[in-house]
Amino acid sequence: MADEALFEFLHMEVVSYLFKTADEEKCIPILENMGYRVGHSLAERFTKDSSRFKDELDIMKFICKDFWTSVYKKQVDNLRTNHQYLAFPCGLIRGALANLGISCIVTAEVQNMPACKFQIMIQRSQ
Amino acid sequence: MSRQAGRGTEAKKVSAELFTLTYGALVAQLIKDYESDEEVNKQLDKMGYNIGVRLIEDFLARSSVGRCHDFRETADVIAKVGFKMFLGITPTVANWSPAGDEFSLIVDNNPLTEFVELPDGHQNLNYSNLLSGVLRGSLEMVQMEVDVTFLQDALKGDNTTEIRLKFIRRLEDALPAGEE
Repeated sequence: MADEALFEFLHMEVVSYLFKTADEEKCIPILENMGYRVGHSLAERFTKDSSRFKDELDIMKFICKDFWTSVYKKQVDNLRTNHQYLAFPCGLIRGALANLGISCIVTAEVQNMPACKFQIMIQRSQ
Repeated sequence: MSRQAGRGTEAKKVSAELFTLTYGALVAQLIKDYESDEEVNKQLDKMGYNIGVRLIEDFLARSSVGRCHDFRETADVIAKVGFKMFLGITPTVANWSPAGDEFSLIVDNNPLTEFVELPDGHQNLNYSNLLSGVLRGSLEMVQMEVDVTFLQDALKGDNTTEIRLKFIRRLEDALPAGEE
């Protein structure tokens, strides 16, 4: 068991480190890639005992329900999280889906705080 | 959902994995960014310090721990309450110096290194050095200046992981130190 506050502070440090060291346009991809790496590994661990998913919809259900609640517990309602920096969770989703065989682009937008909408565009190879 | 609802002690094992893996991604990034292990250690310590100065507030708010009367009590609180609360482990307090100003935390099953193997060529990397900074930063906020070093690291093939804390002095000035 690790603590949520500890994770939030770590995330804050990661974001502040990247913004101090890298160019602004490079920070987001780096942060997104870190999320990707983490999401990829988490999906590997969370699915090791599950049966094969039927289809994309099945995978998406898994991501929205089991994966998300396991990672962030019920809701992402962290008051301390700066909502500008959603690159990490975007990468997390992209990494998890990549692990399950879905290649996609994930973007996030915040219209009404604290809700956040993640948009997942699946890329199908022709 | 009230803020407290997410603050139970139930089923947080998973966020341990999220934390562990995110920390791993951070160390990997730092290794890319810096040329020497020493610089990575320094950066991890600095980030840990920044976390520690904030984390202590959570600690004080959520634990019912009051003022410690001596360094031995502090050691016990760090191991049994602090580590337990944030990482879910209880290190052993050991190897007290005769003067009672130095002790070791023996960490078995360090959660930070759960999925980690150190690649060759990083003999000087203190992978878990964030912890040093967290300890230093949080203790500074309760007016204790300490020196924190890794004496042993199971990741490098030592028998266990041993973090040494040395009491330097009591800080009289209660003004919060500036963040780095």
